[in-house]
Amino acid sequence: MSGLAAGIRLAHFGKKVCIFERHNAAGGLNSFYSQQGRKFDVGLHALTNFVRPGVKGTPLTKLLRQLRISRDEFQLSEQKRSRVCFGPNGETSLNFTNDFEVFESEVARVFPNQIDGFRKLVAKVREYDDVSLDAKPISARQVVREFVSDALLEDMIFCPVMYYGSAQERDMEFGQFVIMFKALLLEGFARPFDGVRVILRVLTDKYRAAGGERRMKCGVRRIIPNGDRASAVELDDGQTITADHVISSIGGPETERLWTQPTKKTVSPVGALSFVETITVLDQQPAALGWGDDTIIFFNDSERFDYVAAQDQVDPRSGVICFPNNFAYADGQTLEEGVFRCTCLANYGAWKGLPETDYLAAKAEWYGRIQASALRFLPAVDPTALRKATIGTDMFTPRTVEKFTGHLGGAIYGSPLKHRQGRTSLENVYICGTDQGFLGIIGAMLSGISMANYHILRGS
Amino acid sequence: MTKEETKQAVLDIIADVAPDEDITDVNPEIRLRDQLELDSMDFLDIVMELRKRHNIEVPEAEYPELASLDSCAEYLTPKFEALGK
Repeated sequence: MSGLAAGIRLAHFGKKVCIFERHNAAGGLNSFYSQQGRKFDVGLHALTNFVRPGVKGTPLTKLLRQLRISRDEFQLSEQKRSRVCFGPNGETSLNFTNDFEVFESEVARVFPNQIDGFRKLVAKVREYDDVSLDAKPISARQVVREFVSDALLEDMIFCPVMYYGSAQERDMEFGQFVIMFKALLLEGFARPFDGVRVILRVLTDKYRAAGGERRMKCGVRRIIPNGDRASAVELDDGQTITADHVISSIGGPETERLWTQPTKKTVSPVGALSFVETITVLDQQPAALGWGDDTIIFFNDSERFDYVAAQDQVDPRSGVICFPNNFAYADGQTLEEGVFRCTCLANYGAWKGLPETDYLAAKAEWYGRIQASALRFLPAVDPTALRKATIGTDMFTPRTVEKFTGHLGGAIYGSPLKHRQGRTSLENVYICGTDQGFLGIIGAMLSGISMANYHILRGS
Repeated sequence: MTKEETKQAVLDIIADVAPDEDITDVNPEIRLRDQLELDSMDFLDIVMELRKRHNIEVPEAEYPELASLDSCAEYLTPKFEALGK
């Protein structure tokens, strides 16, 4: 997705661009697949950074301008309501919507002695220059603790922010925190009725119309260095293509490995955080089953929120529930089937080496345990009714992520080391996408735009 | 090309670069940034579109010349004329 955005910018301004994609579908970490006639989104729970028409100067409006996209083309519908829900049975809940006042009043209601500090934190977030390409890294936990003294509130703020984009365990860089806090809470969630493929279609159409070329099922296996620069890329089929500039959206460590030996100590560490997701397809809307209108629920059952790679294959103590049905679609449209998705932290190593039969058994076991964990945070539903309503299931693991996206370790949010300026050890090779450091779908597109502007268009 | 035509050419570009801005009442004497929501990415686009549409090069050091419609007219009209426009 970031590569398509970079490609649109460059092609629009007359550069000769070719995108090489190893997979048969565009989108990378934000793609979709078909199974038994159903289309599933890979990454998209929701598009973050949603603002209503007329709100200017935010990432969504910036990228619409830069890519010459009219906002109607994305067909965005807003979330109904989401919440952060903590405690062994979800005893403490903070609701939020696309109107920030809702979250603020929830914090005031549940944490009355924290609200002043919370408001000061929000003021700091609002004024922070999060798109600066050369900001000094500072600990977000440390900054948040200057304003919020209650550990429960601190964890309830970090839970959604980390789950939707942190490549770092336990803590995150404050600039990354600001990007996510704005994207999720100050801005908001939306989704096209037909999911991520609507956005991908708009991008591929723009790219083609601007004159960009695309080669599918055609990966780059090597970057050929010549001194401090890349002179060409070598494709999976052995063909070499010369290039003045190479923008790579495959990740930091993955890109470095295209010209350095993997055995050598590389600059970017491989990310430790990966996820599993269970998908349950229902023959009715989740609300009809008794689950209400919540769009997304971030949950945690433990004393503290532990955002670390799972010790076991999966850590079901915390996670994210998403009901794609619960967006306010235009004209009261409803998705044909109900979808209940649940994401938890996983351990790549514990999945990677499993023989096929054990792998399938582990998937089946964890499907049940993850669902049982998530159900504690939803209104009670008769288990027999749920079983009867279930007409399909699927699940992805760190192994699935690595296989289809090429991200080492199945690390959805990439390496903990971000390359803000997108530079690599080769002068004319740049990184865009998750390892450049802008997050989410909107962040991915903005990353491609920024790198194309900064390294190629600005100086030309 | 007259100065008024130059201003119109710049407005046409702004209309495409920032279609969500209302440009019907832009005051030519006031900095564009002070009356429209334009950031450095948008200014980069104005410069790039000048090159794409009109073959006019604006070096980075001279971006400040594009601050207002009047200053755009002063700075760009001779460049249009030099190209025989």
